[in-house]
Amino acid sequence: MPSLGADMEHGKLVEWLVKPGDYVRRGDLVAVVDTDKTVMDVESFQEGVVADLLVGIGETVPVGTPLAVITQTPAEVGAPVGEAPPARAPAKAAAGPAQVPAQVPEAPGPSQGPPIAPPVRHLAHRLGVDPGRIRGTGKDGAVTRADVEHAVAARPGTAGRVRSSPLARRLAAELGIELSAVAGTGPDGAVTVADVQRAAAGEGGAPARGPEMPAPGLPSPELPLTELPLAESGAPAPEGPPAPAAAIKGKPSSEARERVASLRRAIGALMTRSKQTIPHYYLSTTMDLRTAVGWMQAVNAHRPVAGRLVPSALLLKAAALAARDVPEVNGFYDDGGFRPSAAVHLGVAVALRQGGLVAPAIHDADTLDLDVLMEQLRDLVSRARAGRLQRAEMADPTLTVTNLGDLGVDSVYGVIYPPQVAMVGFGRVMEQPWAQNGLLGVRHAVIATLSADHRVSDGLRGGRYLARINELLQEPEHL
Amino acid sequence: MKSSYREALRAGIRDAMIRDERVFLMGEDVGAYGGSFAVSLGLLEEFGPDRIRDTPLSESGFVGAGIGAALGGMRPIVEIMTVNFSLLALDQIVNNAATLLHMSGGQFHVPLVIRMTTGAGRQLGAQHSHSLEGWYAHIPGLRILAPATLEDARGMLWTALQDPDPVLIFEHGSLYNVAGELDDDAGPVDISTAAIRRPGKDVSLITYGGTLPAVLDAADQLAADGIDAEVLDLRTLRPLDDAAILASVARTHRAVIIDEGWRSGSLSAEVSARITEQAFFDLDAPVGRVCSAEVPIPYAKHLELAALPSVERIVAAAKATAGAGG
Repeated sequence: MPSLGADMEHGKLVEWLVKPGDYVRRGDLVAVVDTDKTVMDVESFQEGVVADLLVGIGETVPVGTPLAVITQTPAEVGAPVGEAPPARAPAKAAAGPAQVPAQVPEAPGPSQGPPIAPPVRHLAHRLGVDPGRIRGTGKDGAVTRADVEHAVAARPGTAGRVRSSPLARRLAAELGIELSAVAGTGPDGAVTVADVQRAAAGEGGAPARGPEMPAPGLPSPELPLTELPLAESGAPAPEGPPAPAAAIKGKPSSEARERVASLRRAIGALMTRSKQTIPHYYLSTTMDLRTAVGWMQAVNAHRPVAGRLVPSALLLKAAALAARDVPEVNGFYDDGGFRPSAAVHLGVAVALRQGGLVAPAIHDADTLDLDVLMEQLRDLVSRARAGRLQRAEMADPTLTVTNLGDLGVDSVYGVIYPPQVAMVGFGRVMEQPWAQNGLLGVRHAVIATLSADHRVSDGLRGGRYLARINELLQEPEHL
Repeated sequence: MKSSYREALRAGIRDAMIRDERVFLMGEDVGAYGGSFAVSLGLLEEFGPDRIRDTPLSESGFVGAGIGAALGGMRPIVEIMTVNFSLLALDQIVNNAATLLHMSGGQFHVPLVIRMTTGAGRQLGAQHSHSLEGWYAHIPGLRILAPATLEDARGMLWTALQDPDPVLIFEHGSLYNVAGELDDDAGPVDISTAAIRRPGKDVSLITYGGTLPAVLDAADQLAADGIDAEVLDLRTLRPLDDAAILASVARTHRAVIIDEGWRSGSLSAEVSARITEQAFFDLDAPVGRVCSAEVPIPYAKHLELAALPSVERIVAAAKATAGAGG
């Protein structure tokens, strides 16, 4: 169980994305974990074949608990050589991999056999077939992609995924029904929503009932189909193959409530820790955005609606760039000292629909082109709301920005997210009277605030940081 | 009032001619002969040769004249005998009528209405049996209508004439003789929404135009087998009423699209794609389609019937979406 955030002590396994016998590469997603704050994907830190899954779905285990055994090659399944170390990941692992893979010997060379192109060999590994045993039909007896696929199809007992309708999958996920355990009666034996409802009624005795809402179009609706707010409830959409012989039981509505409550508890604990241990100081500056907004409007005039910039993108970029010049706001305070970060991974506070918030990172935000930044921001927000963030995004922020301007808030003084040392807040970008050189005019402006850790910096450096943001915003074309 | 589809169309034209003196009808044999499908029978006598104009056999010529008249302030109704012959006017329709508003920077609207017969089923041979309305529905700048009921035959024309941009109305040849009861005060109808012709909860049968009667028959048969089918008449093929399609699928979780056009690259493909794009997680079965066999429409009666969507094929496709559990 990797540490997916500085404050994470245990995690609940909600979905396996691999099964024994699967070939995984470094970086492949292998499981989905519920951290109380959000649901996140876990990636593998080593390459090999999944030999055994050690933690069942629904189990909550402390950080550092081995989740699975990964061995070197298909031939060695059953003889584990690399097991995740049981050591609890220290808090400072937040900036790096939370688990150190055990040393494993170099992969042996490919089996002697017909020629095979690397992508095809990879496919064969992924599908768990030995390319050396495939008869090649390509040039000079080379093994082709089609040969691999034939070999997989010919392999006995490759049940793989369950045929099921999208609606059935949606309902099964909501009800915690394991699809592979449901007998399908739909087209070509696919599992339909009626099958899931029958299974739910049969299994639970008194099935979980959602809000009383008729299910039009469904024969014998023993179980009303709720609105299934998948994204709202944060429940993971079942994308990978279903986990073998493990069904999550539970009442969806109470589970959703429990999730919101536990998220609230986690935020409460973290913020309490922040306020108890970090001596905050606060600064604010009202920044003139006449140039920045004017430049943005000129740029947007030549763009389709979907490609237009919004002021947030400029503000985020300026906040990230300024952190380069004032390193005291960018990094982590842990083990009694401050570690500045060379990279600027900008955390962005995202409010979740069901309540609560997360602050995942836009990596290297200071180096991103404005359009790329916009795109990543959009992607991050939608995945955060769907509960599909990745570990690094949750653990990596070196500085967090909160932007409540959309809600009409004039200014926001954030609470620092430990172990970070600063939080930048932006209020509403609005027109306001502006006095300059003895004249009064109307300009766009924004109130930017800084909450910073007095153990690391003073008002002078904090003020310098805000001033730098302001300077950068006066030359938007260089952002 | 008893009316046939043909009489309802004629009543729509008469109404438009009376209400707006800028309206006139032109096309091959629309005058002295009364129209190839007898839609305009008697109108020459009533309105005279200035407003009911016979044209030479030159689709490109008279459709172009219609575009010119529309640009000049008239409200022409151009009748092309059948969609098969509209191919000769494709350049006028697609390159001129559909694009002029855009090409003129919004200065020139083309308030033109083109009516034409479409479809097969009457032993007219491959060249005279096309269902190409789906092609026209591909073209931005055109509005495509497919009246399938007496009310729509009576009421779509006037609303189409009020549209400042070109509208194509496709009348299926098998519908002209369909007769029924039409309200005495039947009048203009909207031309932007689809209509539920029969509500149901188990499967959405989505169709338009000439196949609507077969689909309604199929829904009756399905009801006898305990499957409650909803029948959605698209009415407007461009722009499609996505909201109505998605709302129906959200209710029934299953959809079969019935389209007399060929399956490949068809309007049915477009509807299916929109359902999977926008209602994927409402679907409990793959979207089904019943289209014409991918052959030139045969002349021989039994082969022609075998090539076209039939009640039996629609029933079978609807049952297939329900699977063994339906």
